[in-house]
Formats: sequence, C-alpha cells, structure tokens
Amino acid sequence: MRFLNFRQRTFKHGIHPPEHKSETNGLPIRQFPFPPLIILPLSQHIGAPATLVVREGQEVTRGEVLAEANGFVSVPVHAPVSGTVRKIANVPTLKGQMSTGIYLEAFPYDSQEVPEGIPVPLTASPEEILQGIQNAGIVGLGGAAFPTHVKLKIPDGKHCEVLIINGIECEPYLTTDHRVMLEQADDIVMGIRYLMQATGAKRTIIGIEANKQDAADHLRAQLPTGLPITVEVVPVKYPQGSEKMLITALLGKEVPSGGLPIDVQAVVVNVATTAEMGRLLPHGRGIQERVVTITGPGVSKKGNYRIPVGTPLRYVLEKVGAADNISEVYMGGPMMGVAVSNLDISIVKGTSGIVVFTEKEVKGQEKVYPCIKCGACVDACPLSLNPSKLGILAKFEAYDKMAEEFHLMDCFECGSCSYVCPSHIPLVQYFRLSKSIVRKRKTGANG
Amino acid sequence: MLHVVLALLPVAGFAVFSFGLNALLLLLTTTGAAVLTEHLLCRWASKESTISDWSAAVTGLLLGLTLPPIFPLWMAFVGGVIAIALGKFIFGGLGYNVFNPALVGRAVLQAAFPVAITTWSASFLPERFGELSSSTLTFPFMTPTVDAITGATPLSAFKFEQITTNTQELALGLISGSTGETCAALIILGGLYLIARNMMNWRIPVAVLGSVFLFSGILYGIDPEIYPSPIFMLFSGGLMLGAIFMATDMVASPLTSLGVVIYGSIIGILTVIIRVWGGLPEGVMYAILLANAISPHIDHWIQPRVYGTTKSKTP
Repeated sequence: MRFLNFRQRTFKHGIHPPEHKSETNGLPIRQFPFPPLIILPLSQHIGAPATLVVREGQEVTRGEVLAEANGFVSVPVHAPVSGTVRKIANVPTLKGQMSTGIYLEAFPYDSQEVPEGIPVPLTASPEEILQGIQNAGIVGLGGAAFPTHVKLKIPDGKHCEVLIINGIECEPYLTTDHRVMLEQADDIVMGIRYLMQATGAKRTIIGIEANKQDAADHLRAQLPTGLPITVEVVPVKYPQGSEKMLITALLGKEVPSGGLPIDVQAVVVNVATTAEMGRLLPHGRGIQERVVTITGPGVSKKGNYRIPVGTPLRYVLEKVGAADNISEVYMGGPMMGVAVSNLDISIVKGTSGIVVFTEKEVKGQEKVYPCIKCGACVDACPLSLNPSKLGILAKFEAYDKMAEEFHLMDCFECGSCSYVCPSHIPLVQYFRLSKSIVRKRKTGANG
Repeated sequence: MLHVVLALLPVAGFAVFSFGLNALLLLLTTTGAAVLTEHLLCRWASKESTISDWSAAVTGLLLGLTLPPIFPLWMAFVGGVIAIALGKFIFGGLGYNVFNPALVGRAVLQAAFPVAITTWSASFLPERFGELSSSTLTFPFMTPTVDAITGATPLSAFKFEQITTNTQELALGLISGSTGETCAALIILGGLYLIARNMMNWRIPVAVLGSVFLFSGILYGIDPEIYPSPIFMLFSGGLMLGAIFMATDMVASPLTSLGVVIYGSIIGILTVIIRVWGGLPEGVMYAILLANAISPHIDHWIQPRVYGTTKSKTP
C-alpha cells in the first residue's frame, strides 16, 4: 500500500528559523592562509585525549602524528603544518575546560607538502578500514566530533542495512556541507565505497534538504552506475540533520529511546566526514584541515574556507575582517553551536562554522517571563518531549524525575523549545545542565 | 498579551456603541481595578510590577465584558480586585493560576450579587450616551434599584418565556446581554486575529463550539419543541466570548493538541447541560471553570508519545 502513503518525507514537529545560507552558499571553498603559530589541543574529539608522542623543540613535517590514539574511543592528532614544537602547555577549549595542547610554529616559506602514507585499499577488511579511519584521526565533522570508526563498528548480533549520508545541514548560516557536495563529489563517492565496505551496508541514501537542490542534482549526475546509492531530497526543517530525525525522514522508522541508529539497521555519517575519508584514506593521510563557514554580520570576508586545524580563532577573525564591535562569536551555528567565551581557542576538527554577530544584532538578555503553558515548545520538540513540564521540574531541581519519567536523556539539545518560547525561557540551557547533573550522579553512584 | 487587548478592542468598542456610557465606565472600572490590584500586590510582595505584561489588563477587560452593562460600578471594582487577588496572585501570578482569573472574579460576583448580575439593560437606548443608569451609579455597599429600561437576554427569554431570538440579530449583536457578549461577529474577528498571530490555540474554540453544536443538535433532533436549535445555542449568551477569549487562557488549558480537544469538549458539553437542565440560563462560566480544574489532570494523562518509545508514558 505504499502508493497510498502521502506522508511527507520528514519528521514530526520541528521549526523553521531564518536560514541565512544565501550569504555564503555561492562562495567556493578557498584555502585559508597558514598562521605563524598553531595551537593544537589533544582533545578535539569525544573520548580519551590523544597521547603525546612529540617533545618540545622537535621539528615535525605536515601530516606527521603528534599524538596517538589513547584506546578505542580516541583518535590521533596530526601536524597541520611543518614546523617546530615550541611549547606543550594547557590550552583553553570551546567547552571551557583546559586541555593539553601543542604550540606549533610553522616554518616560514615551507612548501607545506604532505608526504604520502600507506594507502587503505578499498578491498581491505572492515576491521582494516576502521583502523585506517582511526589512524586518519577522523571524527564527525558535522560538529559532534565523535570518532567515526567507533560509530562504524557494528555491534555483534546487529547488521547494517542502510548507510545514510547526512547532507542535511539544517543549522542556519552554515554552508560547508553544501559546498563540499558541490565541489567534492568524487571524494564523497570514494568515502561511500569505504563506508559500505566497512559497515556491510546494502544500499546508501544521501539525504539533502530542498534548499540545496543544486547539490542534489550535481551528486546525482556524478554518481557512478552500479553502486546502490540514491540521493533523496527532503523538505527543509530544523533539526532534520539530527541522526534520529533524518532516519525518520528517510526510512519512516524511529530509533528506540536510548538506542542507536544501528538498532534500526542504519548508520548515519555526515557528508563532509565522508568526503574527508575519501580524500585521505587512499593516501594514508590524517586530518590536517577542515572546511569552515565563516559568516554573520560581524565579518566582511564571509566565505567557506579550508582552515588548518589548530588555527587560533583570533587569527581567523583578523584575516576575515571582523568588525570592531563584535559582540558574540558562535562556533558551530547559532542553534546548536556554542557562544565562545574565550577568543584564545583554536579551530578544531569539530568546528563547522564561525558566526559573528555585532553589538547591533545581539539584543542582550531578554526578559524571562513565567511559563504560560502555551504548548509552543511541545509542538516544536522533534522528540515529542514535554519541555514545558521539564522546564518546571528543572526549576525544582527534580533532575531524577526529569530523566526517569520525562525522557530528559533523549533530548539532544537542538534548542527548538528555547527558540519558540514566547516567555524567553532558556529551556535548552536548563536541559543541558540537568543532563550533565544526571550523568554525574550516575557515574558517582557507579564509581 | 497586548495583542489580546487589541483583539478585544472591537468587541469593547461595539459594547460602548450599543450600551453607551454605562458600558464604557464599567470596562474602565474593571480594567482599572485589575491593573491597580496587580500593581499594589506586586509592591506589597516586593516584586517588580508585572502590569507591563498586559495580562492584568486582559483579565480586567474580560471581566467587564462578561458583566451586564448597567452593573453597579462598585461591585465591578470588587470583581476586578478579586479576579487578580484570588484568581491569580495567590497562585503565584502569571503562569501559575489554575482558573481563568476573570471568571473567578465573575463567579464571586455571581454568588454575591445574583440580582445585579442578571439585570440587563436593553441595547441601543436613545439616551445611552447622555445619561448614566442609576444602577451603574449605585452607592457602594448598596444594592441597585431596578431600572425601568431593562431587557431580557435571548437565553433568559428562551429559558423562562420560550421565546427564540432570530439568528441574524444574535450574530450581529442587536440584542440585550452582557457587555461584550452580544456581537458574535466581532468576537470571531478578534479570535481570527489571535489565531493568525499564533497566539491562540484554534483547537479550543473549535472543540467548544463543535461540541455545543453537536450535543445541542442531537437534543434538537430529539425534540425541537423543547430544546433550542444548535445555531441559537452557538450565538446566544457568553458562549462565543467564552469559547474564544476565556477557554483559550493558555495557563489554564492543557498543553497537547489532543488534550485541548478533550478540554474544549468538556466545556461544550457542560455548557449545554447547564443551559438546558440547570437552574441558570447561562452555563459557560461554570463550564470553563470546571474544565480549568480538570486541565492539569488532562495534561497528566495525555502526554505526547515520546519519539522512539512504543507507547505514551503511564504515570
């Protein structure tokens, strides 16, 4: 009865914030200049920080491993430039904690060529490909920075039916995935070949939102015949780029609460991550740079740049002509990104965008009114949680009740509830805090 | 809430047009009493005054619109004070009230002054802009002397004298009734404005009016001699005002779409029951207050099915 199914290919609820993508989606990816000094945190990913293998004063070539993966849920860090390790010290990170970091001074006038490594063959076993992906230091480039090889490891007793390539990029302002799809189709196809080999997926769907029709058309034209890959265009809606929402939109299935995509025989990988895999693995190289959208009213040279990992944010802002009256800088997009509290941080593997606002756009703290139970958040939450109730419980610090009865831990912090709240209640901030408290209590009880 | 005031302005304007100075003073009194009470209570509780969120003004205005046009001003003032103090403030202010504050005010007035609150003046009296009714100016703590120019409302006319008013007059408000309930067309217009601004859940008025229409339609089908027609039910009394501006109080209504449909249907069915079998000609106010009381329980039982779970949470 499939022909009777008029269901729109999307998920329930969600919101439509202004997109602001036209400001940069026509601008091709350009190489960003190498900064004289790179500051490279060893913890750019979720999991154990990498283990340092260089010492102060050592000269390194671009692409060399500076720190090795420390266990399975960890990835190595490669040198983004050839240069000298000047200092190893604590450096600030986006989330506010300090992390061990490497100060790497670039050799001036160096060709910055990357030596060839040991290629990962397409015919390799899934384990070998996963190892190759880990060796390349690849993490989710959409922003989460979760080590990709961990995600691709299919647990015993489960199997992967569909590989979903996430080209949704629902976050306002950001256009890196859009540009990568237009400019790196071959890399994406190569990445998909590796991913299908590694996961054993029988088919691949590339999911793209309707505001990137040109990318969908381009990819369709570039797809090789004989591979079971389809490109599917879905209506624009935030937060469709979330794994769960995308699976529902494309497959019509729901990932069980507390479960993973593999529970519905799917694996979701971001399109830029796929392209990076296709670009690096055939040469046995590691991540040295990533594509970043730099935009917002506070910068004059908006665009999509390929920026060496570890480039200091201050250097980037200076090069793109940041205004004098900048007031807020977001790493990631304005919805799920983080407002930077310290400009001394660096571009890391998870930095998908930098959005700069000036004093003119930032209204300052809006007055928070009491919850009037209007239900706007209930109609916005893509997971059909009850943010209104959760917000009240958070006020009473009833964190356990939030988690046990109201599915707090399912919340992936998309911010749709805060966005629609007419009383300006910072709901997602409450939930982020509540989640970390619940997590802490749990580990406290176990250890 | 400023937009709710804007949506109510045509209704209030028509009320003044049809009932004259009495209505104007009544609305100013209830609104003023509500805003003043809110301001003073906030000061007394050493909180920042919350009158700028306009919710007290909405409460006061709504209260005034539900009262008869020649209602004594001192009683109206008492109603405004009670609406805010007992209807809202003791629960913790905006967002915490269980009942619609304006209806709490009206319920107290109904209990305290049963005669005054059922004494309506005729509409479109020629001298309405020239002189005030003696009832309006009743001295504080006195009961009004009954005026010569009173008029029966369509509902009381039907209930006690079996006279049906024609629908066109009902819809356009060429009738007697409470200050703001007479012109259904303008009330619907205000509602459409709020729905367009996404400030009202359209499911509530649709559920209220739909259930009234269905239920009274069934009764009418059984015996059109005894029971009023569903159209008459829809357009008479305070139903339109209640369904669109009172039942939709966000704080006192459920959160989910299914929840508000249940809530609205409860209001509709209770209204018909009270109107048809009760001792009072009108039942909208009690129907809404009862549904307000049930609303938190509806929210408790009707939770949205959380993504990735097989059935909704059982509390």
